[in-house]
Amino acid sequence: MLTTTLPFKHIQAAHCENGVTMSLLKNAGVQQITEPLAFGIGAGLFFVYIPLLKINNGPVIAFRTLPGLIFKRTCKALNIPVVRKKFRSKEAAEQFLNECLAAGHPVGCQVGVYYLPYFPKEYRFHFNAHNLIVYGIEDGNYMVSDPVMEHTNILTGYELERVRFAKGALAPNGQLYYPKENTVVTDDQVKRAIKSGIEKNVRNMLTMAGPITGVNGIRYTGNRIKKWRDNLGLKKAGLYLAQLVRMQEEIGTGGGGFRYIYGAFLQEAHGYIPNDDLLEISQTFTASGDLWRTAAVQAAGIYKGRIGSQEDFNIMGDYLLEIAEIEKKAFIALKNIKWQ
Amino acid sequence: MKKEDVPQDLGALGKVTKEVCYATDESGKYTTQLSDGWDIKTTALDTAWHDVEERIAAAKQKVLNNEASPILFFMEKGLMDVQILAGYTGFWQWQVKRHLKPDVFNSLSDKKLQKYAEVFNVSIPDLKTMTVNEE
Repeated sequence: MLTTTLPFKHIQAAHCENGVTMSLLKNAGVQQITEPLAFGIGAGLFFVYIPLLKINNGPVIAFRTLPGLIFKRTCKALNIPVVRKKFRSKEAAEQFLNECLAAGHPVGCQVGVYYLPYFPKEYRFHFNAHNLIVYGIEDGNYMVSDPVMEHTNILTGYELERVRFAKGALAPNGQLYYPKENTVVTDDQVKRAIKSGIEKNVRNMLTMAGPITGVNGIRYTGNRIKKWRDNLGLKKAGLYLAQLVRMQEEIGTGGGGFRYIYGAFLQEAHGYIPNDDLLEISQTFTASGDLWRTAAVQAAGIYKGRIGSQEDFNIMGDYLLEIAEIEKKAFIALKNIKWQ
Repeated sequence: MKKEDVPQDLGALGKVTKEVCYATDESGKYTTQLSDGWDIKTTALDTAWHDVEERIAAAKQKVLNNEASPILFFMEKGLMDVQILAGYTGFWQWQVKRHLKPDVFNSLSDKKLQKYAEVFNVSIPDLKTMTVNEE
């Protein structure tokens, strides 16, 4: 029976895909990579509100890009070739994973969390865009580094297969990915990747954005929230707000909906590109994250039933309008930065 | 958010693992800080679970009223929707929707019932009587 445990250092991260990207790249020789750099280079910051699409009986609201993009963009920006595969057959998925391990590659896997045994039951919804790294196999059990957990875990072959082939929206279909070869990346490459990441994020939040995405989407959501009480009734409106807060939090964003991580990214970017505007704009993102948290407290007042007047919904909506303005300014400032 | 303001309210996740949060130190520099959880988030999660409980109860009542088949009850119990259930059973979504009707459910073959029973981790008799088998 196949037994391999690759030398792999588990590093806890705030968010799963950042964490997987960081750990896989670090392991492949990219010494400079950190979680904020992976998030920023991957242009991870986003906002979208899709009123017609429902997930867990609430509207779809996301504070970051689609699953898989952070890894893809970061590797592309750093010129690192990637292997990515989906599978029809469970057997083929397992076999390919074992071959990767035997060849010395720790592998990123997209999984669903509903059947993930080490997750607390309260978190186990049918959410299929979680990411973890498999770095070893022993007697048919897999060594797993899940970036949001403090420690590593072990999954049986069946448990791993079950989460890799979770069903429903964004079904992973056994998807796995890893950097094809080890590479050393120069500081100059990192610098260029940072610029392109910022430019991409500016586009996604400002110019490419339709009415429901980017800063427009935040404003749109703010205006919609003011109507939720009348349109949905207090109870359902509360559920929608709870959904907003859960998405804003996901796991480990500290309540700021990824805005803090982006602030940290801009500070780190300053280390490569000493333009003081970056530090100032970083503070703007901190302010935005703080305001997202304040909005979450207001939302909680409503879904706890402590408050619930139309005025309370107006205040909630206005927070988002204010956030939209702050982030718009921040991204315009990033757009206008003069790179040396 | 300042480092000392990172919330430390022990929640469901905090009992299993602490979370990494990005926050600023005295000099305004970003650093990471472990968090036990945040009340605001815990209650958001509680709100969602409370809704789930209500949906399960409503589904049970519908089955008792003969307005839906027991599949609706188990589907809500498993936090699923038709798409997810279709994925796990291998049926088409339109088939699952049909099977939610009591008359159609009562005429299903054991072979088809077995597929549902496996997904819901119950026996066929338990499936018919809405008897839950806690893992």
